[in-house]
Amino acid sequence: MEDMGEIAMKSRIYLDHAATTPARPAAIAALAEAAAVVGNPASVHSGGRAANAIVERARDRIADWAGCRAEAIIFTSGGSEALALALNTPLRVLASATEHSAVLAARPDAALIGVDRDGVIDLAALAAGLAAGPALVAVQHANNETGVIQPITEIAALVAKAGCKLLVDAVQSAGKLPLPVADYVAISAHKMGGTPGCGALIARDAETLVAVQHGGGQERGLRGGTPNLPGIASFAAAIGEPVDWRAIEGLRDLLEARLDTIIHGAGAVRLPNISNIALPGVASGTQVMTLDLAGFMVSAGAACSSGKVSASHVLAAMGLGDAAGQAVRVSLGAATTAAEVAAFGDAWLAMAARLTKVAA
Amino acid sequence: MTPIYLDYGATTPLDPAVAAAMAPWGVAGFGNPHSAHLFGYKAKSAVEIARDAVAALIGAAPATIAFTSGATESANWAIKGLMTHPGQTRRRIVTLATEHSCVLETAQYLATLGAQLTVLPVRADGLLDLGDLDRAMGHDVALVSAMLVNNEIGVIQPIAEIAAIAHSFGAVMHCDAAQAFGKISINVETMGVDLLGLTAHKIYGPKGVGALYRRPFTMLTPLMHGGGQEDGRSGTLPTALIAGLGAAARVAGERMVTDHADARMLNDHLRAALTVPHRVNGDLAARWPGNLNLSFPGTMIPLLPHLPELAISSGSACAAVTGRPSHVLTALGLSDAEARASLRIGFGRFTNISDIDIAAQQINALVSRLTSGAT
Repeated sequence: MEDMGEIAMKSRIYLDHAATTPARPAAIAALAEAAAVVGNPASVHSGGRAANAIVERARDRIADWAGCRAEAIIFTSGGSEALALALNTPLRVLASATEHSAVLAARPDAALIGVDRDGVIDLAALAAGLAAGPALVAVQHANNETGVIQPITEIAALVAKAGCKLLVDAVQSAGKLPLPVADYVAISAHKMGGTPGCGALIARDAETLVAVQHGGGQERGLRGGTPNLPGIASFAAAIGEPVDWRAIEGLRDLLEARLDTIIHGAGAVRLPNISNIALPGVASGTQVMTLDLAGFMVSAGAACSSGKVSASHVLAAMGLGDAAGQAVRVSLGAATTAAEVAAFGDAWLAMAARLTKVAA
Repeated sequence: MTPIYLDYGATTPLDPAVAAAMAPWGVAGFGNPHSAHLFGYKAKSAVEIARDAVAALIGAAPATIAFTSGATESANWAIKGLMTHPGQTRRRIVTLATEHSCVLETAQYLATLGAQLTVLPVRADGLLDLGDLDRAMGHDVALVSAMLVNNEIGVIQPIAEIAAIAHSFGAVMHCDAAQAFGKISINVETMGVDLLGLTAHKIYGPKGVGALYRRPFTMLTPLMHGGGQEDGRSGTLPTALIAGLGAAARVAGERMVTDHADARMLNDHLRAALTVPHRVNGDLAARWPGNLNLSFPGTMIPLLPHLPELAISSGSACAAVTGRPSHVLTALGLSDAEARASLRIGFGRFTNISDIDIAAQQINALVSRLTSGAT
């Protein structure tokens, strides 16, 4: 099965890097090295100390990169858990309507702040919401489906002025944009060239957090359980490697110009690697399947649970109506080439010609 | 010299067969198992093969297995998920004094939110007196939580009997099987377990992955919210880690008889090689033989600092963080000083007889030096 897989994979083009992106060579090397260390980081003997040293070195390295104290980093099993930890608060929660489902499902009681047609948060509505008293505001730095970047500096100023707390979901933006300054910032290794199963919450004042996972006292009691040692090592190894996102943005812009269709969120400032491409009248699921059969892997929004393709809550919040279920997300990676993007453009245009003709 | 690793209760070395099973999912098979395209489907198939392997090892249907970040998350999810479910009408948790801190601390946390907590003592041999459980039970008990193999003293609780009592009062049975999974035979049907937590890194798999078995229709709220990937547990599944858990389960299933016999032999060998007076903490018969928790009459100082060539522990790895004496040993009736002077020795698949011989020699030498007064 593996051999067949190799052959099939070589003829495939992967443009779903916002779902997950291949681990970088340095991360894979760090993973293997850490996996060979026999020891529980909590053990006091030399094996345990060696394991613990890996965790603490990784914490230091990520803190250096994030520009925060090492104690501000709390390792978790990923972005979702990091968000859940910050959201486990008695505070009222305000969230933008385009937040990742990890936020919306963790706090179904959250008051939702609307966005404009480009997906940018309504600052006046946020200010009005803040006036009601103490709250935690949860906002994505960049949206996972459209790449739209929120005005975090303005949001942070409003939140600070109101004496509230700010949680920024930087899972998609970390490594591509400078980390935002906020009370809590959530990041995930596998979106940054590390391996899945590891993430972190960066907390300016960790003492304000309430643990979600109890037992064992790890992470200063804020997250019990034996940590994912190799995952943490690979996380730290991944973050140092520079990527020319400007070049990736050039490829993305070229593609969008060529397709001559609606790009959702294009009126806003966006991440360099995500494009949310509309094909009016054709269901997202049909588009994803057609492109997959043609050898191109993209998605219909978030990679939540496969087979469950429904209209995107993000696009719906942008007021797109039926069009919310008629788009695909294309996301480029650090190693995506111009040839791959060009080939995708050909395939998308062929699909559009065929499917819109049938529909008409 | 590199110390001899005899702390298999804390974590185990990665089996090369497991590492090999994980390798394809690092680079070539990096897809997100929730994506609706080829790489996603391939990753998903690896996840499902692993789910089958885990399910097979506990006599469960694959759909009852949800992957987690480890046994601590599994216990947190099981206990909080059950107690905070909107349909939950009962308020009390019954558990044992010798449970892992992930169960005790979670239960204590819920107690601060209004749950009632009954922590049962154990006998001097570490086993639960079923009469104590029966007397403590009532129809207000939502959950009985008991560990299958104890992480510090290795004793095997009579889970089937405990579950029968729990069920006779309409309570749900949760079992932390982190130290038992893959080592002794588990069948959730014959044992009557409703929720069972397990982990990979205690059976030669990777750290950072585990699972929770949920009997169908058990009322559980999610602990981790989001994409809804694992039917109540959200977050992108780590394919490589899960493939590692699956491979570890498969190898453990194939080697269960051999691994058990080897551990038994090493256990017998170690006890025979210890010439100084010693006592084994915890019942000797109802035990996973890869664990020996020892006390040495007459020695009341912590022994660990004097055994730098042995990577062993006194108590759980987690307890090492806090520096408190083992709550398990004190529950058996040991004093704080006795608990601190105890040694937990754990061995398994990659332990040689010569490792055991060296450990015995060093312990013999240290204890005889301490008890002869020649310090």
